[in-house]
Amino acid sequence: MSANLSSMLFLITGVLFILALRGLSSPETSRMGNFFGITGMILAIVVSILSVDIFFNNLIYFVVALSIGGIIGGIIAFKIPMTAMPQLVAGFHSLVGLAAVLVAVSAYYSPDSFGLGTFQNIKTASIIEMGLGVSIGAITFTGSIIAFMKLQGLMSGSPITFPGQHYLNALLGILIISLIGYLIINQSTQIFWILIVASLLIGFLIIIPIGGADMPVVISMLNSYSGWAAAGIGFTLENTALIITGALVGSSGAILSYIMCKGMNRSFLNVILGGFGTDSSSKNTKEQTEQQPVKSGNAEDAAFLMKNASSVIIVPGYGMAVAQAQHALREMVDKLKKNDVKVSYAIHPVAGRMPGHMNVLLAEANVPYDEVFELDDINNDFANTDVAYVIGANDVTNPVAKTDPKSPIFGMPILDVEKCKSVLFVKRSMSPGYAGVDNELFYKDNTLMLFADAKKMTEDIIKHLD
Amino acid sequence: MEIDPFIFRLSIFILSIFIGYFVVWSVTPSLHTPLMSVTNAISSVIIVGAIIASFSSLDGSSISFSNILGFVAVTLAAINIFGGFLVTQRMLKMYKKKEKKKNK
Repeated sequence: MSANLSSMLFLITGVLFILALRGLSSPETSRMGNFFGITGMILAIVVSILSVDIFFNNLIYFVVALSIGGIIGGIIAFKIPMTAMPQLVAGFHSLVGLAAVLVAVSAYYSPDSFGLGTFQNIKTASIIEMGLGVSIGAITFTGSIIAFMKLQGLMSGSPITFPGQHYLNALLGILIISLIGYLIINQSTQIFWILIVASLLIGFLIIIPIGGADMPVVISMLNSYSGWAAAGIGFTLENTALIITGALVGSSGAILSYIMCKGMNRSFLNVILGGFGTDSSSKNTKEQTEQQPVKSGNAEDAAFLMKNASSVIIVPGYGMAVAQAQHALREMVDKLKKNDVKVSYAIHPVAGRMPGHMNVLLAEANVPYDEVFELDDINNDFANTDVAYVIGANDVTNPVAKTDPKSPIFGMPILDVEKCKSVLFVKRSMSPGYAGVDNELFYKDNTLMLFADAKKMTEDIIKHLD
Repeated sequence: MEIDPFIFRLSIFILSIFIGYFVVWSVTPSLHTPLMSVTNAISSVIIVGAIIASFSSLDGSSISFSNILGFVAVTLAAINIFGGFLVTQRMLKMYKKKEKKKNK
């Protein structure tokens, strides 16, 4: 296939990918969007195969590799529970990162096949792009693995910090930049591999100090990195499809990170530097308030309150995902609707462990998406609502974010649950949420604490609704 | 003076960032998880590089180190492509509107 024709077709791939993202502007058009995405990918693969010289041996191995990958991917896609989506996405990011590294290494050793010059005599522009691509790819790889392990519970979700951490990271960052610079002058194999190792190490180091509930930012950030890695390789290979896709994915991840940071009223840097929720000041406030009395109730009380309400707003959080309570929740809502209670759902931008996490779980439980509202769209409704049912959320409802400038979550937009006539708070214990801040809401007169597992409590309420 | 093709690629890159910026802002927040899984799937277009690596040989007589890296990269990218698009499809299928009530 001529280079011009294949370039044109790669451009079409890029356009199809843009349409794929565009489709996600509404659930109705989203499936069409995904179809565009698949078409674009098939086109890209076919064009690449037609553009290379096919050798029989290589073809066999290639088909085997593609099939193994396809089968594994397919099985994962069908088997994975929706609650495990965050770790799945993190795991997938690591694969993109590793693939980028492998392609770059391959291009480094056989630049002639990629049209980049000869071994250790690669064009200057290409070696810079290759260095950037391999470095970002390696960071994405190890960073995503750590994120995956934290989300999967293979590793503690709490921040891991040690003295001099930031200096070490800064030093490694400078080292990586210098190595890329040095690679231009001397394309030695050692330098190339040291660059890879340093990048792998920094990917690991920048994610370990970041705690569990900051994962939405981390996943979005790694999403963005995987895009930039692809773009870096795209420049090396002079491939339009990769450049366009890399730019799209890179900016998509960056926007999501921004939205997540805004949802917590924290700067990106603050999240990345990590260690949140471990400072001593927040622990003091906890001790002060520990003595206050709380009202705790049982499923019967909760069922009574909700049955006699005219409107209920459900506020789900990560706890709902952990307890897999979404199906029970939907069942409870169905019962309430039969009693002519108006029910809607309120989702905080950072609820859960990744952007849109709660929405997917509710959709899985067959909750119609037009009953689910974002923070800005529903926040004024709390004042006219009888009951708020908070299931597995905590920090995102804490009024301290508005009242106490010293609190680590001060300024974070919260769901105004406190304005409801009564609040039902399903929680396993009184322990504070991720930010380490006690929730004032627990001690309010109109709050009833339901101490139980989210799923079990919801099921018990269902029994009492009959 | 002739313009370096790199400048063209850079132009495509910069403009694509802007396209991405506007397109992604128009994505409804309830679809942010599918957005992540689909961006993940499309970033696996890196398979294009993996294909070149898989077939990088002068005469096809033996399998080189670069080829092996290529095959591994193809496998990884394929996991992502199939896994990413299929899981997105599975998620998007779940998003349903309120059923129209029969008594209306």
